[in-house]
Amino acid sequence: MRVLMFGWEFPPHISGGLGTACFGLTKGLANHGVEVLFVMPSAEGDEDQSSVRIINASEVVVQETVKNVNDFLEKVQFLRVGSNLVPYLDPVQFSNMVTEQKEGQIEDYKHYFGEKYKFSGKYGANLMEEVARYAMVAGEIALKYDFDVIHAHDWLTYLAGVAAKKLTGKPLVVHIHATEFDRSGSNINTEVYELEKLGMKEADMVIAVSNLTRNIVISKYGLHPDKVVTVHNAVDFQGVESMDVSRGIDDKIVTFLGRITFQKGPEYFIEAANKVLKRYPDVRFVMAGSGDLLNRSIRRVAKLGISTRFHFTGFLKGTDVQRMFAYSDVYVMPSVSEPFGISPLEAMRANVPTIISKQSGVAEVLNHAIKVDFWDIDAMADAIYALLSYPAISQMAVRNGFDEVNSLKWDNAAARVADIYATLIKKAKF
Amino acid sequence: MKKTICFYFQVHQPDRLRVYRFFDIGKDSHYYDDFANKTILRRVAERCYMPANQLMLDLIRQHKGAFKIAYSISGSALDQFVRYSPEVIDSFKELAKTGCVEFLAETYSHSLSSLISPEEFKEQVIQHSNTIELLFGKKPKVFRNTELIYSDKIGAMVADMGFSAMLTEGAKHILGWKSPNYVYTNAINPRLKLLLKNFNLSDDIAFRFSDRSWAKWPLTSDKYVTWLSNSLEKDEVVNLFMDYETFGEHQSASSGIFQFLKYLPEAILSNSNFEFCTPSEVSVKHQPVAPLHVPFAISWADEERDTSAWLGNELQNEAFNKIYSAEKKVKASNNASLLADFRKLQESDHFYYMCTKFFSDGAVHNYFNPYDTPYEAFINYMNVVSDFLIRVDKTVPEKEVETGTIIAEKTKPKNKSKK
Repeated sequence: MRVLMFGWEFPPHISGGLGTACFGLTKGLANHGVEVLFVMPSAEGDEDQSSVRIINASEVVVQETVKNVNDFLEKVQFLRVGSNLVPYLDPVQFSNMVTEQKEGQIEDYKHYFGEKYKFSGKYGANLMEEVARYAMVAGEIALKYDFDVIHAHDWLTYLAGVAAKKLTGKPLVVHIHATEFDRSGSNINTEVYELEKLGMKEADMVIAVSNLTRNIVISKYGLHPDKVVTVHNAVDFQGVESMDVSRGIDDKIVTFLGRITFQKGPEYFIEAANKVLKRYPDVRFVMAGSGDLLNRSIRRVAKLGISTRFHFTGFLKGTDVQRMFAYSDVYVMPSVSEPFGISPLEAMRANVPTIISKQSGVAEVLNHAIKVDFWDIDAMADAIYALLSYPAISQMAVRNGFDEVNSLKWDNAAARVADIYATLIKKAKF
Repeated sequence: MKKTICFYFQVHQPDRLRVYRFFDIGKDSHYYDDFANKTILRRVAERCYMPANQLMLDLIRQHKGAFKIAYSISGSALDQFVRYSPEVIDSFKELAKTGCVEFLAETYSHSLSSLISPEEFKEQVIQHSNTIELLFGKKPKVFRNTELIYSDKIGAMVADMGFSAMLTEGAKHILGWKSPNYVYTNAINPRLKLLLKNFNLSDDIAFRFSDRSWAKWPLTSDKYVTWLSNSLEKDEVVNLFMDYETFGEHQSASSGIFQFLKYLPEAILSNSNFEFCTPSEVSVKHQPVAPLHVPFAISWADEERDTSAWLGNELQNEAFNKIYSAEKKVKASNNASLLADFRKLQESDHFYYMCTKFFSDGAVHNYFNPYDTPYEAFINYMNVVSDFLIRVDKTVPEKEVETGTIIAEKTKPKNKSKK
């Protein structure tokens, strides 16, 4: 069985959880004898190709023979205009985006057949343009290679997936790692929404990373429940080493780690911290990460007068993330809406007891994390206090949590995905 | 000699704790969810206790003394009846008057004290026996421990307190090839007789009655009597022990459980070789066949039939040890409200909520549990216990309690000053 997979990023070049998830899934699929042709916009050549063949979309020459893409492109051009569509907003990209806009780089794009397209592969200002071009190239690739099924990850690649399906008639699976509603709350970007809806509609099967996401897909995108299945993400700890750090202080440390955006619920963490500090003075809170709510968060902390006990680290990279976990006594993920959420698994793997919001997909697979509603700051504060003051509960959460995350294997998730492929291929033959 | 059928029903309601946040510690010492306790008690009274008591009363009158049953009512339940639903007490009194109903002794707070503190255990048993005598006019002679927990040592303790018999589970890993349908004795003190629950026949009613996926569903009185006759072909006594809430609460009235119960005594008594006995009558009537060795505690819960549903993980052990760490001080304080809270916080239910076994098995656990996860149960309980311990320490300063280390510290400076 061979699958043509469209992604946007792949380790080591990642800016969100998507690349990591694709990597884990493709590795798992390889173990189940599924061959993966992974297409991404701008491959650097140093991607881990142990279990996949990476196709760099920038390298593909678009031939004039792809006539049928023309009518497809009409839709694409309609969707092209956007410039502020940024799915993951990290600080570097944010500043890049602003400069790009200032320089007026939003130019009308023309598609020249017979030329290579350059893709940045980043979530930048000309994102919609790239999405459209990517779809064009996808058509070319689809005609060039031999495969049985198409798999597209998140909205950026849906158009590519749909193009490939239209040209080859092969079944299409779209994989929802996040929806527009998770990224933007109720204030959604309608273009992205339309694109997502198109992808889901054209797909033969839709995979959601959690029941939470599955429900959103069914209720907000109007999909028939039979067409949407949940395959929970897993986590791959290969190459992750535990770290020992020495602390300069005796205080316990409670950590928030993630983008400081609406979706991640940083304000609830701050309010809970304030409640805990009133009763439990020997603790420090750390908010690691960056995002559009960072400044507001700093102001709130200052206003509450807890700045000496509440610290901001800015964006953490690479081993700093591991070091932060090693420093932590409690990890909190108060996400307002989290399709899955891999970071609590990393925390538990690093032997940190973890509190997660019930509004996260990962809550569906974890028994040994403490679950609270994101808005229930009393419960959150209570859970933090308990993990700090009652040794039995943190010991138990750490010991059982470690075993629990280690049992979440990509192999199992990939087996379910391979089953879905097999069913679709069988159906397509009749 | 006629074969015996012995019914015993457990009546218990816990004092559920309110959501108690850590910022309440030291500020608010009311621990109980009065609203939930009141609502649940009244609901169960309406669905189970009142109609079931009425049915039992009718059956006793109908069979003119041939139908006999036994109850064990925890002190926690009695206290709640008095507060929220006194008519239940009256209807139990009515049953007591018939002379066909035996009331058993247990620990007042439905506690696990038998596993940790003989002193506290005895005090609670005496407290419970006195209350039962006061309410129903007779001092209990037979003992049943919380969740039918039993071991050789606990049995010996109970024998020393003057009880003639004790109920426990007919656990397979204890019995081996032996049948639960005989009377046994305690391995240390043979004067204490043991009545063992026939869990197959008991659970047919208590757990499986309304289960439509059960191959033998639906269960009728006649079918059940056939099973009883099969069990009693050679054996002597079938002990049917179950929660009283089986009738109308765990098995809803619409399942037909009351109809089943209504015709059961008649169906049983139609076999002239069967008779009903209360536990104390059983212990007099039947000769014990052998001593039963139970070195480690057993109970009637889950597949394991051990104490792991209450004391099976770190959370439970920690919570359990913390509350009992206050025992000496609470008793030294002579403070009625401290003692009352101490007892209520010992109820086995609090520890049951912290059980992690239900991740793999246990629809039963979920049914009884007000918390979503064992972690939540633990957090809430520990917040309450933290406040309780602060109150205890305030009421009884360290020096007043006699413990080795404190006395040593106290005497040292004295010696110095003398020199």
